Amino acid sequence: MKRALHPGRHANTVLWLLLAAVTAFLSQYGRDIARSFDARWLLKVPFAMRIPMKAEIGAFMKWLVDEAHFGPVTFTDLTRAVAWAIDQPYRLVRALLESGFVQGQGNDAVQILPPLSWLAVVFVVMAIGHYVRSWKLAVFVGGCFLYLAVFGQWDSAMITLASIVIAVPFGVVGGLLLGIGGYRWRWFERLLVPVLDLMQTVPIFAYLVPILFLFGFGPVSALVATVIYAMPPMVRITMLALRSVPDEIREFGRMVGCTRHQMTWRVLIPSAVPMLMVGVNQVIMLSLNMVIIASMIGAGGLGYDVLTSLRRLDIGGGLEAGIAIVVLAVALDRLSQAFAERSLPSRQPENASFLRRFPRMTMSVAVIAGLAVAGLFWPFLQDYPAGGEITTGPFWQDLVRAINVNFFDQLEAAKTFMLLSFLIPVKRFLLSLPWPWVVFLITLAGWQLGRWKLALLCFLLSMFIAVNGLWGKAMVTIYLCGVSVVIAALIGIPLGILAAGNERAGRIIGGFIDTLQTLPSFVYLIPVVMLFRVGDFSAMIAVILYALAPAVRYTAHGIRAIDPQLVEAGVVSGCTRGQLLGRIRLPLALPEIMLGINQTIMLALSMLVITALVGTRDLGQEVYIALTKADTGRGIVAGVSVAFIAIMADRLIAAAAARTRRRLGLA
Amino acid sequence: MPQKPVKLVCRNIWKLFGEGAERFLHDRPEPPDAAEIEAAGLIGAVRDATIEVHEGEIFVIMGLSGSGKSTLIRCLSRLVEPTAGEILFEGRNLLAASEREMIEIRRHKMGMVFQHFALLPHLSVLQNVAFPLEVQGVDRRRREERAREVIRLVGLQGREDNFPRELSGGQQQRVGIARSLAVEPELWFLDEPFSALDPLIRREMQDEFLRLQNVLRKTIVFITHDFDEAIRLADRIAIMKDGAVIQTASPEELVLAPVNDYVAEFTRHIPRAKVLTLGSVMVPGPPSGPVAGILAADTRVEAAADKVEAATLPYGVADEDGNIIGTVDGRIIVDVLIGRETRRESRQ
Repeated sequence: MKRALHPGRHANTVLWLLLAAVTAFLSQYGRDIARSFDARWLLKVPFAMRIPMKAEIGAFMKWLVDEAHFGPVTFTDLTRAVAWAIDQPYRLVRALLESGFVQGQGNDAVQILPPLSWLAVVFVVMAIGHYVRSWKLAVFVGGCFLYLAVFGQWDSAMITLASIVIAVPFGVVGGLLLGIGGYRWRWFERLLVPVLDLMQTVPIFAYLVPILFLFGFGPVSALVATVIYAMPPMVRITMLALRSVPDEIREFGRMVGCTRHQMTWRVLIPSAVPMLMVGVNQVIMLSLNMVIIASMIGAGGLGYDVLTSLRRLDIGGGLEAGIAIVVLAVALDRLSQAFAERSLPSRQPENASFLRRFPRMTMSVAVIAGLAVAGLFWPFLQDYPAGGEITTGPFWQDLVRAINVNFFDQLEAAKTFMLLSFLIPVKRFLLSLPWPWVVFLITLAGWQLGRWKLALLCFLLSMFIAVNGLWGKAMVTIYLCGVSVVIAALIGIPLGILAAGNERAGRIIGGFIDTLQTLPSFVYLIPVVMLFRVGDFSAMIAVILYALAPAVRYTAHGIRAIDPQLVEAGVVSGCTRGQLLGRIRLPLALPEIMLGINQTIMLALSMLVITALVGTRDLGQEVYIALTKADTGRGIVAGVSVAFIAIMADRLIAAAAARTRRRLGLA
Repeated sequence: MPQKPVKLVCRNIWKLFGEGAERFLHDRPEPPDAAEIEAAGLIGAVRDATIEVHEGEIFVIMGLSGSGKSTLIRCLSRLVEPTAGEILFEGRNLLAASEREMIEIRRHKMGMVFQHFALLPHLSVLQNVAFPLEVQGVDRRRREERAREVIRLVGLQGREDNFPRELSGGQQQRVGIARSLAVEPELWFLDEPFSALDPLIRREMQDEFLRLQNVLRKTIVFITHDFDEAIRLADRIAIMKDGAVIQTASPEELVLAPVNDYVAEFTRHIPRAKVLTLGSVMVPGPPSGPVAGILAADTRVEAAADKVEAATLPYGVADEDGNIIGTVDGRIIVDVLIGRETRRESRQ
C-alpha cells in the first residue's frame, strides 16, 4: 500500500539494487574484462591523464622561500619575523616552567634563575582550580600535577604545557578577531567558511609539511601548526555566539547610542562570553592534541616521548608518557570547563584591601617567591627529587608481556579472523573496482541527493584524486575508514540507544565518551600497537576508539529529542518495547544518527592519517612520507585528497539527512 | 482637556520586508493593498501607519502578535529602517538624521524598555543602570550617583551589587526601567514591558508604572497585546491589525464608538465602569429637581458608583467650568455596572 504511494522511491530502490549487482560483478570480473578488451586504463589511471600537481606545488614553495618578495621584504623575512614573534613569549614561558633563565649558549650556558619550583606550579594550579570552582576541583587538578611530578614526567609535561600556554592565547584571540570579522561582514564570512571547512578536514599532518618547509624544524613550527589547527572552532563559535546574542540586547545597545566599537566590545562580546568559553575549552583541547602530534616537527615534550617510545617499541615508556598526556588533558579540560561554566561572583567591595580582593593571586606570588628562595637551600623543593620518582614503565612492560604471553593465541585468532573474513575481502573488493565506475557511482549518488550541484562537486573531487595518481591509496583509505566506521556504528548506535533509555547507563557511557574525547588522538595508538603490533587491524581498532564518540552521542541525542507525545502515542497503541524502538524511536532519530555517522567518518579520516605511524598503506602514509621527506607538493596533494574524501562524504550524508528530515516533516 | 503640543509624529509609515520593497512602493501612484503586497512576495509589517504622540501622554499601541506593533515602535526609533514615510520628533525629520546624529538623539532623548529586559548578564544592577551613561563617557562618580538615584526611584535600593540572574522577573524589569530612565529621556518607549511577567506581578508593575509617570510626566509610547493593560494605562490607544492602524482614540471613545467589529470585539469584555466617565453616561440637560450633590464630568463611573447608588436623589454632573450639564442616578450606574445598554450609548 505504502509503496504504491511512492512509485519514485520504489524505482530508486530497484535502480540501486541493479547498480549494486553491476558493482559486484565488476569487482569480480572487471579485471578480466578489461584485460580481454586490452583496456588497462580501466584499472589504472593512465599516465597521460595525470597532472603533475605535486611537482608544481613543490616548485611554487621553493620559489616562495627562495625568491618571493613584497618590495624589499622577502617572504623568508616575513616568516622569520612571525617565527621571532612567536618564539619570544615561548622562550619566556618555557624558561619559567622548565629550563630556567640561562645566559650563554650550549655548554657554556649558566643558569641565572631557576624555573618555577614544582611545588609552586602545583600550588598555582590549585589556586586556579579553587578560583574557578571549588576546593574539590583544586584538589583534583593539584593531584593531576602531583602525578606528573611523582611519576617522572614533570619536565616533558612542562614543555608541553609551555607550548599550550603560548598557543592558546594566539588561537583564542585570532579566532575571536576572525569570528568578529565574519560576523560583521557578510563577504568575509563567505570567504571564511569554506576555508574553515577545508582546514578542519585536511588531515593534521598535511599542515605540518608546508609549515615545516617555511619555518623549519623546531618548536616554532609546532606552535604555528598548533595555532592553525586549534583556531577554526573558535572562529565558528565566535560567529555563532555573536549571532545568538538576543536581538533585544543588540537593540538595547543601539538605543543607548553605542558606537560600533562599543557595541562589539561592551555589549555583544560580554553577552556572548559563556558560549565563547566553550570555544576556549575547544582551543585548549585541540592545542593539546596538536602539540602532541607536532612533536614530530620539534615540539618536544610528552608527545616526543611517546613518539620515540613507539619507534623503539618501548611499551612501558610510551604508556607512561601517554598516561601523563591523559592526566594533563583531563586536568586542563576540567579547569577550562569549570571556567566556562563559572558564574560571576558577586562584587567585592571596592575599598577592600588588595589582599582581600585578590587572595589567591597574592598567596600564589608569595608561595612562588618563598619556594624560589627555599629551593636554594633545600633542592628537593626546587626539583622533585629523582629518588622519589616512581616509574611504572617496567610494570606496564610486564603487564603487556603477560597479556601477550597468556592471550597471544586468542588475540591473534581474533585478529586473523577479522582480517580474513572482513578486512581483506573488503579491501580486495574496493581495489578491483574499475575507477571510472566508482566515479560514476559517486556522481550518481550526488545527482540523486543534491542534483547537478552536488553531482558536479562529487565528480570533480573524485577526478582530482584520480588524476593525481592516488586512486589506489584513496581506495585503501576508504576501505579502512569504511570498515572502522561500520564497526564504530555497530558499537556506538546501540550504546547511544542504551544511554538515551537509561539514566544511569547514560551517565556512565557519557563519562566514558567524554574521557575518550579529551584524549589526544596519538594516545590511542599506544595500547593498540602493544597488543596487536602494526598493521591494518591495529589501525582499525585505534580509529574505532577515536571515532566512536559522535556515533554514541548523536544517537542518544536524537532519541532523547523525540517528542515524548509520539512515544506515548506508540505506548497507547500497544507497541512492545522493540516496536517502540524499531517503529518510532529509530526512524525519527535517523537524521540525527546520520549526522553522528558523518562526524564519525570525519574523525576516522583524521585519525587514519595518524595511524600511518603504525604502517597502513593509504593516503595517510603518503602524507607521512611527505613529512619525513619535507616534500610539500606530495604532502599537500595527498592531504587535500583526504580532505576531498571527507568533503564528499560530508555533503552526501548531510544531503541524505536533510532529505530524511524533510520526509519525516521535521525540517 | 486642552491638547498638549505634539512631540512625535509619524506619517504614512510603511515597512515592507523582502527584496525590492522600496521600488515596489515607489512605483505606484496609489498605496498598495494587502493582496498586492503579498503578490509581490513581500511582507507588509507596517502599512501606512500614522500616529501623533502628545507631550506627556501615555500613548499605547495595542495589537495581537503579528499586527506590526513591534515593528512600528522600532521604526519610531529607527532601530528598523522604514521603507517609506516620515517621522518628526520635536519637529525634526528623524529619517534624514545621519548615523551620528541618530546616536546623539538616542543617547540623550530616547529610552527603551524591552519585553525580555535585555539586561547585560555580566554587569551588576548598578553597572547595568549606569551603562547608558557610561557609553556617553560620563565619569564614573557622576554616572553611579545618577544610577543610584533611579534605582531608588524604582524601589530597588540595596540590590545595586546583585547580578541580573539573582533577581526575579519583576525586579529585572525594574532594572530595565531604571536603566532606560538613567539618561532622562524625553521620549520613552516601552515594548511589552510586562508581558513576560506573572499576572500578579504584572498588575503591581502597572501600578508602579502609573506612579512613576505621575512623577515624571514623560512622553510615552507603550506597546502591548493586552487590551486590559491598554485601557488601564493609556491616555490614547492606537489599535493595529495586519500592519495598519485601524483606530486611534481614548479608551472611552473606543468603548463607546468602536470603528468596526474587530475593535468592538476587544471592548466587549471590558468592565465599562472603569472606562466610562459620568459625562458620557449622564442624562444631559439641567436637573429637573433637587440633587444629592455635584460630580465632575470626567469622574469614572467606577469611582462615583458607591456615592450615586447610596443616594436617593440623582447627582448633578458639572463640566470643567462648574456648569451643571446633566444628571446621573442609581439606575444609570447599575446599567453600566451590569453591562446593560445605557440610554446615552444607544443613541450613539
